[in-house]
Amino acid sequence: MQLKVNGVVHDVQVPDDMPVLWVLRDVLGLTGAKYGCGIAQCGACTVHVDGQAMRSCILPAASAAGKAIVTIEGLGPGLTAVQRAWIDVDVVQCGYCQPGQIMSAAALLRERPNPSDADIDRAMSGNICRCGTYPRIREAIHRAAALMKGGS
Amino acid sequence: MALGTDRRSFLKTSAAAASGLVIAFYVPRAGAQTPKPPALPDPNAFLRIGTDETVTILLAHSEMGQGIWTTLPMLVGEELSLDWTRVRVEHAPAAPAYAHVAFGMQATGGSTTTWSEFDRYRQVGALARELLVQVAAQRWGIPPAECRLDAGHVTDGSRRLSFGALAHDASQRPAPTAVTLKPAAEWTVIGKDRKRLDSPEKVTGKAQFGLDVRFPGLMVALVARAPVFGGTVRRFDDGPARAVPGVKAVVQVPSGVAVVAEHFWAARKGRDALKIEWDEGPGGTLDSTRLLQQFREMAKTDGVRAHAAGDAPAALKAAAKVLDLEYSGPYLSHSPMEPLNCTVRLSPGKCEVWTGTQFQTVDQAAAAEAAGLKPDQVEVHTPFLGGGFGRRANPAADFVREAVHVAKASGMPVKVVWTREDDTHGGYYRPQFLHRARIALGGDGLPAAWRHTIVCQSIIDGTPFAPVMIKDGVDDTSVEGAADSPYFRGTANHLAELHTPKLPVPVLWWRSVGHTHSAFAVESIVDELAHAAGIDPLEYRRRLLAKHPRHLGVLELAAERAGWKTAPPRGRFRGLAVHESFGSFAANVVEISVASNQIRVHRVVSAIDCGVVVNPAGVRAQMEGCAIFGITTALYSELTLRKGRVQQSNFNDYRMLRMPEAPQVEVHIVPSTERSGGVGEPGVPPIAPAIANALFRATGKRLRTLPLRLA
Repeated sequence: MQLKVNGVVHDVQVPDDMPVLWVLRDVLGLTGAKYGCGIAQCGACTVHVDGQAMRSCILPAASAAGKAIVTIEGLGPGLTAVQRAWIDVDVVQCGYCQPGQIMSAAALLRERPNPSDADIDRAMSGNICRCGTYPRIREAIHRAAALMKGGS
Repeated sequence: MALGTDRRSFLKTSAAAASGLVIAFYVPRAGAQTPKPPALPDPNAFLRIGTDETVTILLAHSEMGQGIWTTLPMLVGEELSLDWTRVRVEHAPAAPAYAHVAFGMQATGGSTTTWSEFDRYRQVGALARELLVQVAAQRWGIPPAECRLDAGHVTDGSRRLSFGALAHDASQRPAPTAVTLKPAAEWTVIGKDRKRLDSPEKVTGKAQFGLDVRFPGLMVALVARAPVFGGTVRRFDDGPARAVPGVKAVVQVPSGVAVVAEHFWAARKGRDALKIEWDEGPGGTLDSTRLLQQFREMAKTDGVRAHAAGDAPAALKAAAKVLDLEYSGPYLSHSPMEPLNCTVRLSPGKCEVWTGTQFQTVDQAAAAEAAGLKPDQVEVHTPFLGGGFGRRANPAADFVREAVHVAKASGMPVKVVWTREDDTHGGYYRPQFLHRARIALGGDGLPAAWRHTIVCQSIIDGTPFAPVMIKDGVDDTSVEGAADSPYFRGTANHLAELHTPKLPVPVLWWRSVGHTHSAFAVESIVDELAHAAGIDPLEYRRRLLAKHPRHLGVLELAAERAGWKTAPPRGRFRGLAVHESFGSFAANVVEISVASNQIRVHRVVSAIDCGVVVNPAGVRAQMEGCAIFGITTALYSELTLRKGRVQQSNFNDYRMLRMPEAPQVEVHIVPSTERSGGVGEPGVPPIAPAIANALFRATGKRLRTLPLRLA
């Protein structure tokens, strides 16, 4: 089947039910999306599929064929406002969940360029951070919104 | 100094001296002597200056979120004025040069990295500075004293030479035998906020964790392990598993049956298809509820004496009224976001290991044993750790040993991946515990007699650390925070006793170790005593802690910033707790509300006194993380056993706090010139009791079991 990832079309020989996460990681070598739970509980595997944040660990490859998949590696070009905000606010600790957090945040900001705390709660509730960086993630999303508007 | 860029020669020299396990484990305490390394460090092992101006700093410890990727370079940078845009950081390989100065082996744990490296990494920076200055001074024909450093350069005020231009010549010189470190008054890096150096790679997906290791020919393996602790394979049918496309091998290993495949999905399907008959052994009868009953019965009998003064049993017998309180809590899994994994490649006379580990020396020795090699034939590569919390510091090296067995049995390089369910079921938990306290109050309302009985499996028993860390039958990690509590020791008649049940469930240190339960018990008990005495909980603690200024310092700071004296917002209730652990002092005031029996933490005000602070930004981040980690523990975390099976498996039934539940966290740092303590763990212990104490104020109910549940 053909999978379009970060703008590049790949021909992959994988079972239809193989989750996109494992195609990305074990076949295409894109390891930015992480495995955390395998049951769409933690959000570490979050990627964009046709612009929507989705949990790639339960998304069968066959159902993503022909759709535009974007991973953390393809979020740019360069550092996006979300990533810059993450650096400014010193969000990361172990960092393992952060690609997923950033992909969820980026999808939220595309939909709502000026998200409220309630919007953030809703959009980010599917992403677990065991290190406990939630207060900084919230701050960084607000900061990214400001950066995207050209503020500082 | 390895000032060239040839890593190979450096690796060769350090690996040549590799030895077996050295055990000099040491539990740090405030006021204890810092063990000093015998001599100045070899700067070659810690620092490489390239002719391209990059300064690479090698970490003797593992970055698992706690921020040492930034803190240790700051220590070098204090002495060696760095151009921070040129700084690179790497985890060191497993080698004796990187032995923890207190533990005698390469390890990350016990919130020890910053204080244990406070001298060594500054010495490394100072040694490099001396050498670079010597070369520059010689080239300019001036005394070294006329040179100074400036952001990657040596200058005499008018001329400048870059580190890269001096590197080669400096590497030809013998390292100085003595260096002078800058006095605290001249520090320009230590004590100033510095942003994390690992952010850029961690926000772009470039950071390599153990699970991200890839190379041609690498297979992925999943292991079917026994459904109960101590179970063994009786027989298995690998036919259906081998029939799964992509499965390359099915092999039996000591821990179970491994399915080796081209990728995770094939390995997972192959493992699902395995048919295994297990011999469960005695582990198949374990039941948490029954364990609690057994612990309760044990607590009624005399235990091994951990600490005593006066005559607590006699004083309690004579007392008119005795509070008899029982606190308990469950087994807990560490559940780092990155599930356990280990990659192994075997070749003749060599074993390469890639794994997120806190215990390089132990893992190296274990891999060598499993591979039938010597430790110096094992290369241990440490990628970033997607969380550790103690699980990746296993004296048994379970996940490493197993991966070597799989590679050996299959004859292929393998990455053994643990699913989240495997990780949750894999044991090495924070032990289930029970504390029983019998306390009599004096006429002043303060405790006059206190008998404290703890029932807790030993983390240390059966490990190589036992001879050092178990004294007179007492594993200090079982009683720390209780038997040495200032409240307890300040009581004229006190007796601490320990029962150490032996059970098939493997247990391990879990972020803040014994303090996870001792602080919950002791700080809740003190609140109960305050209530019994009719005294405000803060005031009560002031009286008991009068001779403990650092406890009082954080307590007063947190209380003041939280507005303890003023009423909380309507519908909110406050609780507080203070606890010393890992050489630091932490206090929390939490603000909670209760609706439909659901407990919600809205605000956490934390204060920490961790002595000299290297990176205040890092301390704040750790305290925030400790608060969230502590709330998850207090409200949700519980593993239960039925018929020997762990009933929880993934984040759906082993819940983590999520964004909508995350409180506002404020962190306040007590300025201090005391020796540094830890910060990765000390914020955790005083969270659960602060919530329990707030809950009592909110509901009048005293919850004595973790997790805290109203219904």
